[in-house]
Amino acid sequence: MYNETTHDGDDAHSDHDHHGPAKGLMRWVTTTNHKDIGTLYLWLAFTMLLYGGSMAMVIRLELFQPGLQWVEPHFFNQMTTMHGLVMVFGAIMPAFVGLANWLIPMMIGAPDMALPRMNNWSFWILPFAFAMLASTTFMESGAPAFGWTFYAPLSTTFAPDSTDFFIFAVHLMGISSVMGAINVIATILNMRAPGMTLMKMPLFVWTWLITAYLLIAVMPVLAGAVTMMLTDRHFGTSFFDAAGGGDPVMFQHIFWFFGHPEVYIMILPAFGVISAIVPTFARKPLFGYSSMVYATASIAILSFMVWAHHMFTTGMPVAGELYFMYATILISVPTGVKVFNWVTTMWKGSMTFETPMLWALGFIVMFTIGGLSGLMLGVAPVDTQYHDTYFVVAHFHYVLVTGALYSIIAAFYYWVPKWTGHMYDERLGKIHFWWSTIAVNVLFFPQHFLGLAGMPRRIPDYSLQFAEFNMISSIGGFAFGLAQVFFLYIVIKTIKGGEKATDRVWEGATGLEFENLPSPPPYHSFTEAPQIR
Amino acid sequence: MIFNKLSRRFSVVVMGLMAMLSVPVAQAEYQLNMTEGVTPISHELYGLHMLVFWICVAISVIVFGVMAYSIMHHRKSKGAVPANFHESTTVEIIWTVAPLLILIGIAIPATATLLDLEDAKTNADITVQVTGIQWKWKYTFVDEDVSFISSLAQSSRDVIKEPTGNENYLLEVDNELVLPVGKKVRFLFHSNDVIHAWWVPALAVKQDAVPGFINDSWALIEEPGIYRGQCAELCGKDHGFMPIVVNAVSEPEYNEWLVAMKAEAAAAASSADREWSMQDLMARGETVYQANCSACHGPTGAGIPGAFPAMTGSPLVTGDSAGHVDIVVNGKAGTAMAAFKNQLNDVDIAAVITFERNSFGNSVGDTVQPSTIKNAR
Repeated sequence: MYNETTHDGDDAHSDHDHHGPAKGLMRWVTTTNHKDIGTLYLWLAFTMLLYGGSMAMVIRLELFQPGLQWVEPHFFNQMTTMHGLVMVFGAIMPAFVGLANWLIPMMIGAPDMALPRMNNWSFWILPFAFAMLASTTFMESGAPAFGWTFYAPLSTTFAPDSTDFFIFAVHLMGISSVMGAINVIATILNMRAPGMTLMKMPLFVWTWLITAYLLIAVMPVLAGAVTMMLTDRHFGTSFFDAAGGGDPVMFQHIFWFFGHPEVYIMILPAFGVISAIVPTFARKPLFGYSSMVYATASIAILSFMVWAHHMFTTGMPVAGELYFMYATILISVPTGVKVFNWVTTMWKGSMTFETPMLWALGFIVMFTIGGLSGLMLGVAPVDTQYHDTYFVVAHFHYVLVTGALYSIIAAFYYWVPKWTGHMYDERLGKIHFWWSTIAVNVLFFPQHFLGLAGMPRRIPDYSLQFAEFNMISSIGGFAFGLAQVFFLYIVIKTIKGGEKATDRVWEGATGLEFENLPSPPPYHSFTEAPQIR
Repeated sequence: MIFNKLSRRFSVVVMGLMAMLSVPVAQAEYQLNMTEGVTPISHELYGLHMLVFWICVAISVIVFGVMAYSIMHHRKSKGAVPANFHESTTVEIIWTVAPLLILIGIAIPATATLLDLEDAKTNADITVQVTGIQWKWKYTFVDEDVSFISSLAQSSRDVIKEPTGNENYLLEVDNELVLPVGKKVRFLFHSNDVIHAWWVPALAVKQDAVPGFINDSWALIEEPGIYRGQCAELCGKDHGFMPIVVNAVSEPEYNEWLVAMKAEAAAAASSADREWSMQDLMARGETVYQANCSACHGPTGAGIPGAFPAMTGSPLVTGDSAGHVDIVVNGKAGTAMAAFKNQLNDVDIAAVITFERNSFGNSVGDTVQPSTIKNAR
């Protein structure tokens, strides 16, 4: 697809040495380099993964057996709330932004992101936002305890004082996300190398372009929701207070109008990652490139039209329920197209199973399981039985952990030799995969059974009939948590050293970052645009 | 339905395997699937659930089967040479249209079931109003002048650290909701404070109780029995501790129960007119406090700093009784403090106020009589 590079990276940049990174801590504070900022985002995401994960460990510890042994119900609710917020806004989203920063300029042949100073700012807002959010745990009233969906009036009239810190933190995260999204769009639309038409872009770039539009569309809606909460709490409005003529259900409509596209914000870039990895290790081009692009766009458009499927038990009119049911199950069509395309890409390929491929295959299988339970949840009448149970918990952890998180880990193993110039330890990577995959299924698969048998979500204690599966699930949880600490060791080991990676890294790898840049790439890559046929 | 039969057989096999694996755990339950329930709607939902489930299983078998074949045979170590095909509009159209047809196959029965599910208004024999209150349920029989509050049973509260001996732990209440079998019961849901959801799996009823709204749902219970459920929408601290127990009985038994409930209410009303002794008020007040107040203000009156005020030394509790009566009877707008005139009778409110004024280190020494509460309403 691409010409051999006209400039060998090292030679081309030898006269730019004075543009190398600054020394010491200030390099990271003042950097406008997309690679540095990508690294910062990825480390923030990993930190938040371990922080959010440690709260998940508290949850699974309390649920290990019936009865209240370790924490009080109020603290338990703080844990589920903060776990959700930290994982969604702190781990998954920043990890994808980190990948976008590292990869988009290298994939489209651009020297950097279009708006490098704003890029610095969008990152550096986040540590402060999360410090503020985390500080609520140590406040007198405790952290927010109303779930990551913060339904009014539990999050307004009945909320702890720390809620105002939560509102401010969400505002900051939203500003960061919107700036990041503007940067991605500006970069992709303006900075592609000559000849890189839209329909030649790698799918990771495509999925991120669409994701960025979703972010710009819905983050302001979230900001609106928390602002209305703020005025309800302090300035005498009654948006969500029935006693003042407001409507608590309206909160859910606004939240899910943000929340459902948000779900796709967390999974579309994952589709891009998988679409890069599978062809490389199948040694065969991606099947149905253009249908993959159209499917991604269809999913994004449909994601705005299905929000109330989270609200089938709120007392919607039956016509509304029917519409939202039909629209929701329709999403499984473009999603199915993606899965079929990946499977067909593997068909009659010449596959090898290095660590990134293992994570990608794990993604395809387990994301499909999560997608199918999503189809079940979309069927409105039966959703009245599934809704707010552990069946839902199992469903969204299959799509977010074995979906989004698996793709992020796959991306790490796939591109880290390019980023650092070092191969990771293949044996350790495979142990990490099998350990995580066994543990994550022990953790989440029994939760389907718990939900069907009648266990509601967000409860700190349960009746005795649920004891066995909860204990199994907790054991899986502890094992999965430990596997990610092991991952931290692998990451550090790979950065510090390892077998030298080739420029191509993988036999079947394609794309500018593998074909036109050395491993590791110079601090400033593509200062001259590569030629694309 | 064939799906039901198949699934039952499948469940039995899996449960058998599970049971073999878990010999040391004597009373393991390992329920894998949804309950089939005891109402017409619950049977419909179960059938639909199994239909969609088996469709999902079939899709998984095909997709994962092709994948597994590919992984086994199209691998480099077996000398596979990659093909180069990467596009086919025909194939794309096939796997867009085929799922679409499957979805239509799901949507048709789903639409029919949804219309049945939503048909609460026609031909209801009995109407029960269900009010969600942090963290208990209030049931009002609209045509019968019977109303009572149902909260977690003391026998569950007592064993919260070590519940293994209590088989209905967290699924038992002080006052069960008694309903007749064979009658169409319409439920009306609303809430006094935050959003709750009333869910009894065997009845296939799950509906949000939203402040400012009235939602409805219905059940026609076919079998007598005790059906247990829980609040399904996060409603604050004790969300996990507001169970539901429905006791379905024959119609004559149901009528007897109604008569007994009315007699009990009449007795309570007449006892409100007499003067109560300090001792009686204190004894009753402690029970009322632990069932209604302790969730926020703490079993020892310490409250939760920053969220719920303590009883001990509170200026309101130790000050003039009028202020104390006012906040318990009318609540405090904009906070979690509810107006208990809607929940408790005069005797209970008088007793609990007296108890609070003379416990937890407080010793005001006065009593508040039920007649005072009656006048304060």
